[in-house]
Amino acid sequence: MNILTEWTPIGLFFIIAAVLPAAPILVAQLLNPSKPNDIKLQTYECGVETVGDTWVQFKVQYYIYGIVFLVFDVEMIFLIPWAIAFNELDMFAFWAGFLFIFLLTDALVYAWRKNALEWE
Amino acid sequence: MTALEFLGLLLIVAGFSTLPLLLAVPLIWVERKVAARIQDRFGPNRVGPYGLIQPIADAIKLITKEDITPAGTDKFVYNLAPILSVASVVLMWAAIPLGPNQSLIGVDLEIGVLYIIAVASLGTLAVMMAGWSSNNKYALLGAFRVVAQLVSYEVPLVLSLLIPVLFAGSLSLQDIIIAQHGMWFILMAPLAMLIFFVSAQAETGRAPFDLLEAESELVAGFNIEYSGMKFGLFFAGEFAHVATNGFLIAHLFLGGWQGPGVTFNGPWWSTLLGIFYFVLKASIFYFMSLLLRNSVPRVRIDQLMDFNWKFLVPISIGNLVMTAFLVMITNAAGFGLASYQPLSEATFFELLPVTLVLFLGNVVVLAVIVGTFGRQLREERLTVEAVAAGD
Repeated sequence: MNILTEWTPIGLFFIIAAVLPAAPILVAQLLNPSKPNDIKLQTYECGVETVGDTWVQFKVQYYIYGIVFLVFDVEMIFLIPWAIAFNELDMFAFWAGFLFIFLLTDALVYAWRKNALEWE
Repeated sequence: MTALEFLGLLLIVAGFSTLPLLLAVPLIWVERKVAARIQDRFGPNRVGPYGLIQPIADAIKLITKEDITPAGTDKFVYNLAPILSVASVVLMWAAIPLGPNQSLIGVDLEIGVLYIIAVASLGTLAVMMAGWSSNNKYALLGAFRVVAQLVSYEVPLVLSLLIPVLFAGSLSLQDIIIAQHGMWFILMAPLAMLIFFVSAQAETGRAPFDLLEAESELVAGFNIEYSGMKFGLFFAGEFAHVATNGFLIAHLFLGGWQGPGVTFNGPWWSTLLGIFYFVLKASIFYFMSLLLRNSVPRVRIDQLMDFNWKFLVPISIGNLVMTAFLVMITNAAGFGLASYQPLSEATFFELLPVTLVLFLGNVVVLAVIVGTFGRQLREERLTVEAVAAGD
C-alpha cells in the first residue's frame, strides 16, 4: 500500500477520535444543571482550606526514571528492525544484536549500582 | 480517491471509532458483576434483568451531573485531557484486526504494533495533563506517580512484544496472526506472554498497580477535580483500554482469530467463526485481569518501580536474548522458523521441535529467575514472619 492509502484513514481516525469523546461532553453540557457558587468551585483538599502553593516541587527521582526510560526506549526502537529481519539473517546478526543489548544491560546494572533506581 | 470512496472510508472510520466506547458499556456490567461475585455478593441486579441496564443508568447519571470546574484550573488542558484519554483508545482500534478478513480491520498498517504502542502512550500524556491542570496538590502528585509508572512499564511491554514480532518477522498485526496458523506463539514464548500481561495491567492502571485511582490514598489521584461526563470518559476509556490490551494479547500470543475451521478471507461462516474465537480468547484475558484485580492488594509506589526496573526489565531482556539465541541455533540446525517460511503454511507438527526448544529455553529462564530471586524472597518472607511473630 502506498503512503496515501495507508495513512489517510489514520488521519480520519485522528479527526474522529478528537471529535467523538467531545460529543458526550457536549450532550452533558446541554443536559446538566449549572449552579456554580464560590464554595463549590474551591480546590479540593479533604474539606479544609488549601495550604501552600499548589504546584509542588518536582521530585528529582522522576526525572532520573525518565532518563533511564529514555535509554531503554531508544534501545527498543533500534531492536525493532533487528527483530523483524531476524529470521532471514545469519548467526552474526544475533551476536551483533546481543552486543548491543549487552551494552545497554550494562547501563542498567550501572544505574542499579549507583542507586539511580531507588524511589527515595 | 472519489467522493463516494471517501464517504465510505469516513463511515468505516466512524464505525470503528464508536466500537470501543460501545464496548465499554457491557464491560462495566461484567466488571461489577464479577467483582461482586468474587466478594460473595450479588452486584447490580435491580436495574433491568440481572442488572444489565445498569451501565446505561450509570451513563445517564454521569451525563446529567453538574460539571464543576474548579477555579484556577487551566481550562483548555483541563477539558482536553479526558478527550485525549479516550482518543488514545479509539486510535488503537484503527490497527487491530477483528476477524479473518481484510475488511475487518481499520487499516492494516505495516507498522501496526509500533503504531499501537505509540498511540497507547497518548493516554500517559492525558493523565499528566489532567493532573497538572487541576490546580490541586493531590492531583499533581497522583499524576507524577502515575506517569512514572506508565512510562516505566512500557519498557518490558515492548521488549516482550518484540518476541512475536521476531517470530513472525513483521509488525503488522494481521501478519502476526496469519503466521500463527501452525502453532500459537504462547507455546513458543509463555514467559513473554506473562511479562506482557503484567506490563499491560500496569500500563492501564489496573490492580495491583492501580495507584492511578488509589481510592483510599491520594483520594482518586489525578481525576479528583473531574465530575460528570469528563470523569465518565476517563472511566470508559480505562475499560476500553483494558479490553484492547486483552485483544492485543489474544492477537499476539493466542493466535487472534485462528482456530479450527477458519481461513483468511474465507466464506462468511469462517469469518464469523474467527470473530467468535477471537472474542473468546480476548474475554479470557479480560476475565483474568478482573480476577487479578479483585484478589490482590495494591502495591506501593516504590515496590512498583523496583518491580519494574529490578525484576521485569532484566527478565524481559534475558528472555529476548534467550529466545533470539534459540531461534538462531534452530535456524542454523535446520529445523527452525526460517526453514518453514512462510509460517502461515507450516503445520503444527513441523513447528513442534522448534516450539519444544523455545519452551525449554523459557523454562530455563524461569528456573534462573526462581533460583536468583527465590532465595532473596524467602529470606524476606522469613524476616517479615519473624517480626510479626515477635510482636
